[in-house]
Amino acid sequence: MSLTLIFGLYVFFLAAFTGYQVISKVPHLLHTPLMAFTNAISGISLVGSLLAAGGHYGTVSTVLGAVAVLAATINVVGGFLITDRMLRMFKKKGGAR
Amino acid sequence: MTLSLTETFVQLLYLAASILFVLGLKDLGDAQTARRGVLLAEVGMVAAVVGTLLYGVAVSGVIIRWEWIILAIVAGSAVGTGMGLWIPMTKMPERIALSHAFGGLAVGLVGVVEYLEHGGPHMTTLQVTATGLEVALGALTFTGSLMAFGKLQGFITGRPVTYPGQNASNVLMIAGTLGLIGLLVFMPEAAWAFYAVAALGVLLGVLLVLPIGGADMPVVICLLNSYAGLAAAATGFALGNNVLIICGALDGFSGFLLGMMMSKAMNRSFANVLFGAFGAAPEAKAVTAGATPAGPAPNVGSVEEAAEVLRAARSVIVVPGYGMAVSQAQHAVRDLANALQANGCDVRYAIHPVAGRMPGHMNVLLAEANVPYDHLFDLDVINDDFSATDVALVVGANDVVNPAARNNQSSPIYGMPILSADMAKTCLVLKRSLNAGFAGIENELFVRSNTMMVLGDAKKTLTQFTAALKE
Repeated sequence: MSLTLIFGLYVFFLAAFTGYQVISKVPHLLHTPLMAFTNAISGISLVGSLLAAGGHYGTVSTVLGAVAVLAATINVVGGFLITDRMLRMFKKKGGAR
Repeated sequence: MTLSLTETFVQLLYLAASILFVLGLKDLGDAQTARRGVLLAEVGMVAAVVGTLLYGVAVSGVIIRWEWIILAIVAGSAVGTGMGLWIPMTKMPERIALSHAFGGLAVGLVGVVEYLEHGGPHMTTLQVTATGLEVALGALTFTGSLMAFGKLQGFITGRPVTYPGQNASNVLMIAGTLGLIGLLVFMPEAAWAFYAVAALGVLLGVLLVLPIGGADMPVVICLLNSYAGLAAAATGFALGNNVLIICGALDGFSGFLLGMMMSKAMNRSFANVLFGAFGAAPEAKAVTAGATPAGPAPNVGSVEEAAEVLRAARSVIVVPGYGMAVSQAQHAVRDLANALQANGCDVRYAIHPVAGRMPGHMNVLLAEANVPYDHLFDLDVINDDFSATDVALVVGANDVVNPAARNNQSSPIYGMPILSADMAKTCLVLKRSLNAGFAGIENELFVRSNTMMVLGDAKKTLTQFTAALKE
């Protein structure tokens, strides 16, 4: 096993544990916004796809990379907008009451 | 190993992004702070993108052209803005399924480019394993989510599709995928094996979702969320990028945890949901049900009769289900609640964890209709109050109020925690028709003596109730 793998596994499991702690405290009320939120941050795959789309590679790689950037950007922009749109609707006391 | 100044800055940006994502998730734990959480994560995402571009230009020098990047970001932002601003809340499960598909596609394609450009005999064991898993999971998430989207939209039948040997062949294909990834470790140059892994992933996504019924979609959507996250984490391992590993782990565990909660709320195991083909082959059951006229007939009431019951009620608990989403009745529910409250009646809402097609589906719809969230109650909080309530108003919910889950050991949903709507003095059930529910399970609630069924479109019926109350 390489040291890189060991370091990676440390990061993975500590993040998973942190995620477990934080996410188990999110109430049922906010589970749909939570899914939209994790969708948005899953767009972090941009970190890989930007390098593929702009890299000194052949046409196939560049086009595949550009499609990946497109899909990830849709998730980031759409995900954050829709999460915020949902959260804006949650009000403690209704207007008419 | 000492990093250059620029690379140090890049790594610090990634670290900041990771911290901001975790803090954002933490803020999402409370409706009061949730919007701040979104803002934090947005800042984190900008930091990660800036860091990546800086790395590509100034550290590795990989990025040499901008036209494709700019084109894809501009187009993606336009589509994302459109989807973010104009998709109706009732379509939220579909939109979430579709975005999992995009996530899977993005990760899968990054994996293919990885292999195309850096693949071959010099790939390390870690890189080739991670890239293989990344492509398999990405492809599976892509087609699986499209299938889920198709089922939710009605392009594909919502009923489970089964055939002989289904589970065995699926297990074989999963084993085959893992076997090929194992082979790649020893022969990283075997491109055919790499593309076979991708193809098997595409196929598995379709075949694994095929036998899962529409009512189990909440669990499937959670699992696909989880797969998308794990695929991103695998990318992180392949590229040696910690922010990807962290985001992937957060995403993967969030989906897994939500899926576990959903399965638990149905008193079923993950395995049962995935391989049980719940609600399959209902034809035989439906025929026997139709052929036996033995059971008591449901008590069907008119709108006027039901409105009388509501007028006299001092307390009402509304039980919303998927039917409310289908007929987009959330605003009509809210109008009726206003009329009832004006009449001096106490109105609350009981939300079952698996009501609807995704976790929290009902909460979002009611929030859209301006129902304050402190009127919404979870199952364990409100269930004991039904017996002291005048009217339980069931709007398009079925299995989550079926008493068979409590007392009929032969029922497929036996043991599932249900909302005790049958305990209320009167149970008003709004339903489109008298047909059996989705899973073909008879609901004995409908034939109870304290139940009154009002047939027809829920939105129309609710509007008529409101009009009657205002007279």
